[in-house]
Amino acid sequence: MKVLEVRSVSKSYSHHKALDDVSLSVPEGQIFGLLGPNGAGKTSLIRIINQITMPDQGDVLFKGNSLSSEHIKAIGYLPEERGLYKKMKVGEQALYLAQLKGLSTAEAKTALKEWFKKFDIEPWWDKTVEDLSKGMAQKVQFITTVLHRPKLLIFDEPFSGFDPINANIIKDEIIKLKEQGTSIIFSTHRMESVEELCDHIALIDKSKKILDGPVQQIKENFKQQIYAVDFSSSNLDFLNALPEPFKLINKNNQQADIQILNQTPASDLIRFLLDKSDIKAFEEKIPTINEIFIRTVQENES
Amino acid sequence: MNKILLIIKREYLSRVRKKSFIIMTILGPVLMAGLILAPILLMDSSADEKKEIWVCDENNLFEPQFKDVDGTDYQFFKNDVLEVKEQFNTSDGYALVHIPKFENQSIDVLESSVKVYVHKPMSLSNQNQISNNIESVIESIKLKEEGLTRDIIDRTRSNVNLNTIILGESGSEKTGSTEVSMGISMFGGFLIYIFIFLYGAMVMRGVMEEKTSRIVEIIISSVKPIQLMMGKIIGIALVGFTQFALWVSLTFVISSVATALLVNPADINPVDMANGSEMLIQEADMNQDGFASVFEQLESINITFLLAMFLFYFIGGYLMYGSLFAAVGSAVDSETDSQQFMLPITIPLIFSFIALQTILENPDSSLAFWCSIIPFTSPIVMMGRLPFDPPLWEVGLSMLLLIVGFIFTSWLAGRIYRVGILMYGQKVNYKTLWKWIKQS
Repeated sequence: MKVLEVRSVSKSYSHHKALDDVSLSVPEGQIFGLLGPNGAGKTSLIRIINQITMPDQGDVLFKGNSLSSEHIKAIGYLPEERGLYKKMKVGEQALYLAQLKGLSTAEAKTALKEWFKKFDIEPWWDKTVEDLSKGMAQKVQFITTVLHRPKLLIFDEPFSGFDPINANIIKDEIIKLKEQGTSIIFSTHRMESVEELCDHIALIDKSKKILDGPVQQIKENFKQQIYAVDFSSSNLDFLNALPEPFKLINKNNQQADIQILNQTPASDLIRFLLDKSDIKAFEEKIPTINEIFIRTVQENES
Repeated sequence: MNKILLIIKREYLSRVRKKSFIIMTILGPVLMAGLILAPILLMDSSADEKKEIWVCDENNLFEPQFKDVDGTDYQFFKNDVLEVKEQFNTSDGYALVHIPKFENQSIDVLESSVKVYVHKPMSLSNQNQISNNIESVIESIKLKEEGLTRDIIDRTRSNVNLNTIILGESGSEKTGSTEVSMGISMFGGFLIYIFIFLYGAMVMRGVMEEKTSRIVEIIISSVKPIQLMMGKIIGIALVGFTQFALWVSLTFVISSVATALLVNPADINPVDMANGSEMLIQEADMNQDGFASVFEQLESINITFLLAMFLFYFIGGYLMYGSLFAAVGSAVDSETDSQQFMLPITIPLIFSFIALQTILENPDSSLAFWCSIIPFTSPIVMMGRLPFDPPLWEVGLSMLLLIVGFIFTSWLAGRIYRVGILMYGQKVNYKTLWKWIKQS
């Protein structure tokens, strides 16, 4: 089941094309990583999903229906460029934003009290935002994003401005929301959190989608049959003259990365190595999202 | 629709509860009441300070004319002027007037030979008093030479007040007063001018606040940009109405209470209080009849019609300019950047206010016609023309065009606004604005 489908969306601004025929499907109940270099078109796409701007071509379906104003309540959005009214009181402001999303005053109040209690920030209710630190304001902002229990949450750099402890609290909340069945679009430049959280990623570069799929499958596709081998001796000179189909990628001390070419099974390599030396550990090197990101974008450049 | 109400409510409450709003609301009437009361209080306080003016009249002619008035005492000296001057030097006397002997010469010689010695610069009113007194003595002497007396002159003097009567097409007659109409015109035009500037700037700052604090993206993921913009404009208009209503009522309360407390009721009749300082100054010239005729003329102007029109142009003008102010606020990142875009908004406003003064001289000129038709100038100029009964079709056309005008500026501003609020850190010029307007 897809919660959101983006179908051949294009969007141009006066001087450049922000999105060029981009199609995406966001699976329900998963965390979908929307990745891409700066200026690739992520924010443009997110704004279209939030109905802030309209696509020039293509359309967006929410649970199979064309996106319309009735879906505003079903979507929660935490923009990268975010802020609050500085002079307004925290509680009042959160209430206002919740009401704009379509909650009734009573609903919003109960839900807010719950969240304030959960984050242990009840004393902030009557403070103005300018009296809060940046991290505190971010917490309030996170609450206002998720308060109306949207089916789809869109987080653009949700951890920026948080210290590691608070970032962890937010991360746990995001995971909890996913477990409760919320679908999440997650856009960030911090690849370690993509690694940790995302089930599915899409990579946008130069206004085009260049990669899309479940994380496991993408990693599988990007594997290069490189194995990390730990030897028990440091006499590894034999590695410098590896026969076909093996290839030394790099080595240091008692450790080496060896690639197997031509779909040769890994057991051949193990057998070969055992003849020469003792092996302490043998492990396939799975590419990180970071490596996949850099490789794909660089290949796209050329 | 519900959401726009929420926005209006927030915009309204967040401003009305601000300290600056409360302070301005209280301070405004105090200042206005001060303006009304200042002349009264000044008159009172100047009476406490006795001024002594010495007069050395070598002709022995002027003493009867110089009567002690308003805290000014005149002392006459018969001694030689040099002696008096020496004495004056060490005294508290305010001024020493030396009227030299004209002997065989014509009395006209006094026109340029009277000298006044003072310790510090003399007030204008005292100067006028002294010269008036001397002038009237000289005039009396000359009149006598011509064989006339002051009584004859007074009896022959005349003062004509024109009673303008406006003939309606159906033959109806209506008394009209240019002065009263002009007063109402200027006041109405001025109020609209101030209101547009004050609250237009408030709209602009509000939009800029949302943009620089980056809350705008969160809000427009819930509501349409045009809803946010219109909600803000309407909310601030209501703030304006509230402040205005409070000012009017507080001014009235404060000034009437203060007048009642500070001023001896015997000195002043109730009409003065209602009419404020301007009337007070003219008090001496105006008798009860004068006031009655002012009221009669006020009645001749259709107050309900004027008030309704005032409200229409008030709201129409504000909506028209308010959305432009919002567009400027959305396009820039800081107040300093806004200057270049403010110019085309302020120029028609200032122009219409300046034009209003010329138009009042000639309310049926073609300048008056065009300025009251074109929506950019019509709120101020047509308001000014209304007390002069312009043709109804012109009023209708002007109103219609103002409605078209503000729909147009709202549309235009909305197109700039929806793009502008999401553009951070971009240098914006008129070319970019034009691109935003064209952008779908």
